[in-house]
Amino acid sequence: MTTKDKEEIDAARRCFLRRATTTVGGIGLAATSVPFISYWLPSVDTEAAAAPIKIDISAVQPRQQYTVSWRGQPIWIIHRTQDMLATLPQLTNQLRDPDSLEDQQPVYAKNINRSIKPEFFIAIGVCTHLGCIPNYRPEIGGVSPDWLGGFYCPCHGSRYDLSGRVYKGVPAPLNLKIPRHMYLSDTEIMVGQDQEGVEGA
Amino acid sequence: MHSTNKQGLFNWLAARFPVREFSERHLTGYYAPRNFNFWYYFGSFSLLVLVNQIVTGIWLAMEYTPTAESAFASVQHIMRDVHYGWLLRLMHTTGASAFFIVVYLHMYRALIYGSYRKPRELLWLIGMLIYITLLLEAFTGYVLPWGQMSYWGATVITSFASAIPYVGKYLVVWLRGDFTVSGVTLHRFFSLHVIAVPLVLCALVFLHLVALHYVGSNNPDGIEIKEHKNSSGHPIDGIPFHPYYTLKDLVGVMVFLIIFSLILFYTPKMGGLFLESENYLPVNALQTPEHIAPVWYMTPFYAILRAVPNKFLGLVAMAAAIALMFVLPWLDRSKVKSIRYKGVWSKAAIVLFIICFVGLGYLGIQPVSTLRSFMAQVFSIGYFLFYLTMPFYTRYEKTKPLPERLTK
Repeated sequence: MTTKDKEEIDAARRCFLRRATTTVGGIGLAATSVPFISYWLPSVDTEAAAAPIKIDISAVQPRQQYTVSWRGQPIWIIHRTQDMLATLPQLTNQLRDPDSLEDQQPVYAKNINRSIKPEFFIAIGVCTHLGCIPNYRPEIGGVSPDWLGGFYCPCHGSRYDLSGRVYKGVPAPLNLKIPRHMYLSDTEIMVGQDQEGVEGA
Repeated sequence: MHSTNKQGLFNWLAARFPVREFSERHLTGYYAPRNFNFWYYFGSFSLLVLVNQIVTGIWLAMEYTPTAESAFASVQHIMRDVHYGWLLRLMHTTGASAFFIVVYLHMYRALIYGSYRKPRELLWLIGMLIYITLLLEAFTGYVLPWGQMSYWGATVITSFASAIPYVGKYLVVWLRGDFTVSGVTLHRFFSLHVIAVPLVLCALVFLHLVALHYVGSNNPDGIEIKEHKNSSGHPIDGIPFHPYYTLKDLVGVMVFLIIFSLILFYTPKMGGLFLESENYLPVNALQTPEHIAPVWYMTPFYAILRAVPNKFLGLVAMAAAIALMFVLPWLDRSKVKSIRYKGVWSKAAIVLFIICFVGLGYLGIQPVSTLRSFMAQVFSIGYFLFYLTMPFYTRYEKTKPLPERLTK
């Protein structure tokens, strides 16, 4: 090795070292970011508090809205009468998604009533616009002269019919969400779980 | 060696730290244009309010509890039981609104005198980042009292993320740390509000000042004072920031503090604008208030969001309204910077823009109605047209000739 070799910087060697260090360091940084990002996910006890619940529906009277809190969200049980169910087919062309094509319900609720039993409507009462809670307005002409009953969101004026299907021309993009649920008996339901599995995050 | 006098101590320090160079560079040797007017107070005021927020915030955190069970009660504890707790809390809440008032006026100043134009584009961009950070700080802070507006405001704003295709619904759960806004969300917002966001804010303020002192201040004439220097190399139309502008700003600070105190002591709620009455009700996760409105400084953008009858496009419009502010330096193609020398089109555009912005701010506070939705749509269009047509009217309008040196 001559003196000249010692004094001159070996550019290729430096370049290799710089790239190798950057790559290894970059991978390390990416790996380190995993715990910091995962820290923000719901913790195990938060997940546990979100477990499925049983609800006794025997006392819900016709036209009554019964609300239960699950995962901090209102779960509605609405006992619909025959005349309320009769309004549903009349609205088809005023609705954004009358046939429930969007993935907002389990398959067993993908029908005009959006429920397992026509008379019991079970839904998550959270507006699909920005998360406010719509008001239950079953009275004919209650929100506007042609109103047939449904749900009206006070925040930004979104409207849904009595099976939670969203109207056209309102800010909410989707029908109200129907949670996974099943009947344990004629008077008791379980929300958050059905024969196929448990409601995920 | 004994250093018995002050000069000795100063020399000891100056040999180890660039105190002399620092004060020379940023105070006694920083030459600012001699024609600063009323509008040039608001930068200093912003700094003053920042200090107020940090100091009162540190004290509030000593008695505040960031849990869903105790947060609301701990704020009432501060208001009623802690000595002068009411004063420090109201200084903090009034300071939050004062911060946005002075920042909006500071931005208006930049708008009319073209302070965002070359070579100050980066200064403007850093300023815009400060504004965004400030909105984030205000939002996370507003959640902490854990009243009805805190809860539903947090619900609505975190729901914005759900509009992002595919990942939106997972992102919302990740942001909230729970399946709805809950105590988990409150606690992390507390952490962000007292540590993360203020750190970023202070760093950005530092960068804003570094950039300002490198390019030099603009002035109401919008011409560069560095082009005419005297024999000692200083701008002829410049005066040292200290003592001239430090003293001018001190006078302004006194007037500001008088007005601030009048609001603080006589009308801290400002008729529901600074503190909303709905937020004096504890959180009820099963009952949305009849009418939701953010605090006044966010309402122009909220009105744009509501004006669009589609969730995703509404959010896009709101984001675009803020994004356009960032590109302002590249939209203005005028030969002159200041409104003083711009043509009639620019003047009319700024007047209409202010009407639209204030109009949107007003509508964002009001409940939705058919007429108000229509007005919000008209003002939103006006807001966007101001920016989108700017390259044309600034380029083709007739401007007044610029003076060689500062006029007055």
